[in-house]
Amino acid sequence: MKLIPLSYSDSVLRFFSSSVAAGFPSPADDYVEKGLSLDELLIQHPSATYLVRAEGDSMLGSGIFSNDILIVDRSLTPKNRDIVIAAIDGELTCKYLNLYLRQLVSANPKYPPIAISDAADFIIEGVVTSSIRFHRSGLPL
Amino acid sequence: MFALIDCNSFFASCEQVFRPDLRGLPVVILSNNDGCIVARSMEAKALGIPDLEPYFKLKSQLEKNGVHVFSSNYELYGDLSNRVMTTLEKFSPDIEIYSIDECFLSLKGMNMDLPKYGHLIRKTVMKNTGMPVGVGIAPTKTLAKLASRIAKDSAKCEYVCVLNDIKSWHAVFRKIPVNKVWGIGRRITKRLSDNQIYSVYDLMKQDSRQMKKSYNVNVARTIDELNGIECYGLEQAPEPKKQIFSTRSFGQKIINCSELEQSVSQYATRACVKLRQQKHLVKTITVFASSGHFVEHPYSRSAVIKLSTPTNDSRQIISVARQAIRNVIFRQGVRFARAGVGLIELQPEKPEQLDAFSPTQTIKSKELMVVMDEINKRHCPIVFASQGLDQNWKMNRNLKSPSYTTRWEDLPRVRT
Repeated sequence: MKLIPLSYSDSVLRFFSSSVAAGFPSPADDYVEKGLSLDELLIQHPSATYLVRAEGDSMLGSGIFSNDILIVDRSLTPKNRDIVIAAIDGELTCKYLNLYLRQLVSANPKYPPIAISDAADFIIEGVVTSSIRFHRSGLPL
Repeated sequence: MFALIDCNSFFASCEQVFRPDLRGLPVVILSNNDGCIVARSMEAKALGIPDLEPYFKLKSQLEKNGVHVFSSNYELYGDLSNRVMTTLEKFSPDIEIYSIDECFLSLKGMNMDLPKYGHLIRKTVMKNTGMPVGVGIAPTKTLAKLASRIAKDSAKCEYVCVLNDIKSWHAVFRKIPVNKVWGIGRRITKRLSDNQIYSVYDLMKQDSRQMKKSYNVNVARTIDELNGIECYGLEQAPEPKKQIFSTRSFGQKIINCSELEQSVSQYATRACVKLRQQKHLVKTITVFASSGHFVEHPYSRSAVIKLSTPTNDSRQIISVARQAIRNVIFRQGVRFARAGVGLIELQPEKPEQLDAFSPTQTIKSKELMVVMDEINKRHCPIVFASQGLDQNWKMNRNLKSPSYTTRWEDLPRVRT
């Protein structure tokens, strides 16, 4: 099901296996290349996947910068050291999950770990499976 | 056996998915142009805030109680609805999307522990989509509807109720008023009470053949259904719908775009017939197609299309549906197993809610072209007729939440 379709990526990355030369059609044309789809690469469970935008510097060490787009799969069961989205006291936050110490851990020494039991209201919303960053100005978004 | 999966306070729950701070708090949703309250969270209901009352009348009461008020956000609701329905496809090969927040599953021939299955459905939908649902399971659709109601009202059910041994439920049925039964409207309820039929139990004890003569065939069928005799299969219902969905699994898988467009045109046509029969216009349409869940690489896409002017014109709706297939949903190489069209935001034909900026019916087709161009331009399922109309529309819905799942600029923010 839908996330926001990344369909423009198709045209950027698509390539074809047979040439477009004139003449009789190649029998290989029956096997149409599907092309590469970023949706297919990045999204395993479309109806359980949400996109969110990162805001802040607490995950710099993990390579997540402010304004990056995070791909969040709600259907996955979080494992130790997963980067997760959690709702704590009514706010969505992104941290490493340490199951053994029951902590949410930042990837920046500036921020101390958050004990899960301390949070009055805590729930893991999903697992961050990848992140997207634009490296050139003037791109969409 | 049928299961009815019914989202809890659907619109309010949608507003809470990306706003954990609102969970457990009173939330209400307003209709078009912020006129009336159309949906309330459990907490808002508990405060005694009435349904379908004009907003201006309640404004001070809402403020005093700290109720969070939203304009309706059909892009968000449509998208989350599609996610819930896709998740449900896992649980039965045969489903009927009954409304934006309800879905029947056929459990025929599936041998399993029903309460356990119900809880698994509920847990999975919650985990994957964030949407709380109730599950009613019973031998007929009418009973499944009733079961889902009991599931929500009775705390010990924990949102799952299986009505398989009907006799053991008689005591409960005596306490449920007859107007809570699917298809028993206000007029029939009045007549029934004149005949001393007040509860579900009173109704199910009537002779259905007699009742067919003195009332109508639908009442007779409802009585049979309450007694566990199946009268309504999937896609059959005793009453007009709040939303109109037309969807079908294909006999043969579809692999090319024009065939998929054709099938969706058929569903759109069928939905439009129902729409005109119940004298409504549609404002928001959803179109979807999927490979079904039981394949190696499940694929599923949907689009939500907002029309600038409400319409019941089949040509217009078909055309929008086809554009959605062509530009958003179809993918080369996917073997499509089912598709459908949902008319999710309806309004009565009269009175038409026109405001100073609303375009009139006469320029409808022109706008349609604008809508389609927009679909072409932005590879994005949400479409507004034009920037100008968009502004106007925003003006009427100043309490609208972001379209978290359908607009890049509206993505939920997460603190890192």
